Amino acid sequence: MSEIPHLLVHEKADNVGVVVVEGLTAGTDMLCCITHDNSTFRLTAKADVPIGHKVALTDLKTGDTAMKYGEDIGKIIADIGQGEHVHTHNCKTKRW
Amino acid sequence: MSKYSNMTFHGYRRENGRVGVRNHVLILPVDDISNAACEAVANNVKGTLAIPHAYGRLQFGEDLELHFRTMIGTGANPNVHSVVVIGIEPGWTKKIADGIRETGKQVAEFSIEQKGDFETIRAASWAAKDFVHQATEIQREECSIKELWVSTKCGESDTTTGLGSCPTVGNMYDKLLPEGITGFFGETSEITGAEHICKDRAATPEVGERWYAMWKAYQDDVIFAHQTDDLSDSQPTKGNIEGGLTTIEEKALGNLEKIGRTSTYIDILEPAEMPKSGDGLYFMDSSSAAAECVTLMAAGGAVVHTFPTGQGNVVGNPIVPVIKITANPRTVRTMSEHVDVDVSGILRREQTIDEAGDALIDMIRRTANGRNTAAEALGHREFSMTKLYRSA
Repeated sequence: MSEIPHLLVHEKADNVGVVVVEGLTAGTDMLCCITHDNSTFRLTAKADVPIGHKVALTDLKTGDTAMKYGEDIGKIIADIGQGEHVHTHNCKTKRW
Repeated sequence: MSKYSNMTFHGYRRENGRVGVRNHVLILPVDDISNAACEAVANNVKGTLAIPHAYGRLQFGEDLELHFRTMIGTGANPNVHSVVVIGIEPGWTKKIADGIRETGKQVAEFSIEQKGDFETIRAASWAAKDFVHQATEIQREECSIKELWVSTKCGESDTTTGLGSCPTVGNMYDKLLPEGITGFFGETSEITGAEHICKDRAATPEVGERWYAMWKAYQDDVIFAHQTDDLSDSQPTKGNIEGGLTTIEEKALGNLEKIGRTSTYIDILEPAEMPKSGDGLYFMDSSSAAAECVTLMAAGGAVVHTFPTGQGNVVGNPIVPVIKITANPRTVRTMSEHVDVDVSGILRREQTIDEAGDALIDMIRRTANGRNTAAEALGHREFSMTKLYRSA
């Protein structure tokens, strides 16, 4: 891959991806890569998101399940728009 | 035959046949109040290593058994050439010394009551000096890669550990376990959220059922019995959350990447228990706190530890070299003195997991040959005993 990706996604079934560059700013046209098959797509970041933090790949509604590694990683607790930051303010474990 | 089958390293072959990669003369306190005497002996005799710790008095039951197992296992580890054991009284001192002697290595024991620190330190220093002379004369010899016992536990995890450094360890296990190495993973509480996957990675359904019962017991008897809130500040930790991990499920799925794609575990170990079922991968019931977990796995017999980190955990161990692997470019930039293997190329898609696994295998071989890890060079010797409940 000649261009360095901004966002990595584990599996096709995932609805969140991980920012892998420092200093990502809102409005960036992100190159996104699904690590499972190296396929790529583009998505516009809607927020400044720190490296390592997650971005919603689609609009997510309260009560939806966040998917990463093709697995359930928790419940959405506030509506999130595509390209926005996903973290503890809008996503929570189902375990405790 | 794979390209790893003929890999060798130069290690220290011990009396019981196991191979170590370091050659420590340990000064081992049985209990907290013997730390001062052990540190004095280590100060008198250069080339020895005292490992002070906080416990060893008025423990009982399973907690006492774990104390003995950790002490004996630490002394028995093949990275240790010989051991001076010092305790306040002779009974438990002898129990630990005899346990280590079963390996065939030299052990000298001393107790403080009726003598005092001065006389104990004098006598123990003579024994320690003799051990140092012997240890420094033995030579490394060529050993097969399959004689390595390699443990893993990650720390200060973030989303990059699940993307890069944990799969790197997993790739190493997928390549070296078929060659006959012995492996350890654990961190019981951090499997929560991926327990269905971990159960299925057992070599047989029977082992998987025993694993699940062990995991469930910790969940019910410890987590739910003692929790004061919903644990969202402890699992994930503050550092994990800073690094972008949101939930325990997300953390657990990243954690389990350390056992790769094809590896299965053949048995379950109590904390600090030595494997007895032959070559293969073992799950050790263990804390997810870095120093506690590495200490338990070292007591179980691991001689090299692989430690993926995201945000930059700095842990080391007194007797086992801890190899730090990170894929987080910010951690490489800000904390490079702690990093042994930089796999941040995975995030840039410049390095494959297969290439990263080979880079880790090369670093394991070099470390086994004697290269000091970052943690060793920086003097990180965290030795933390796991305590199950209050002493009597």
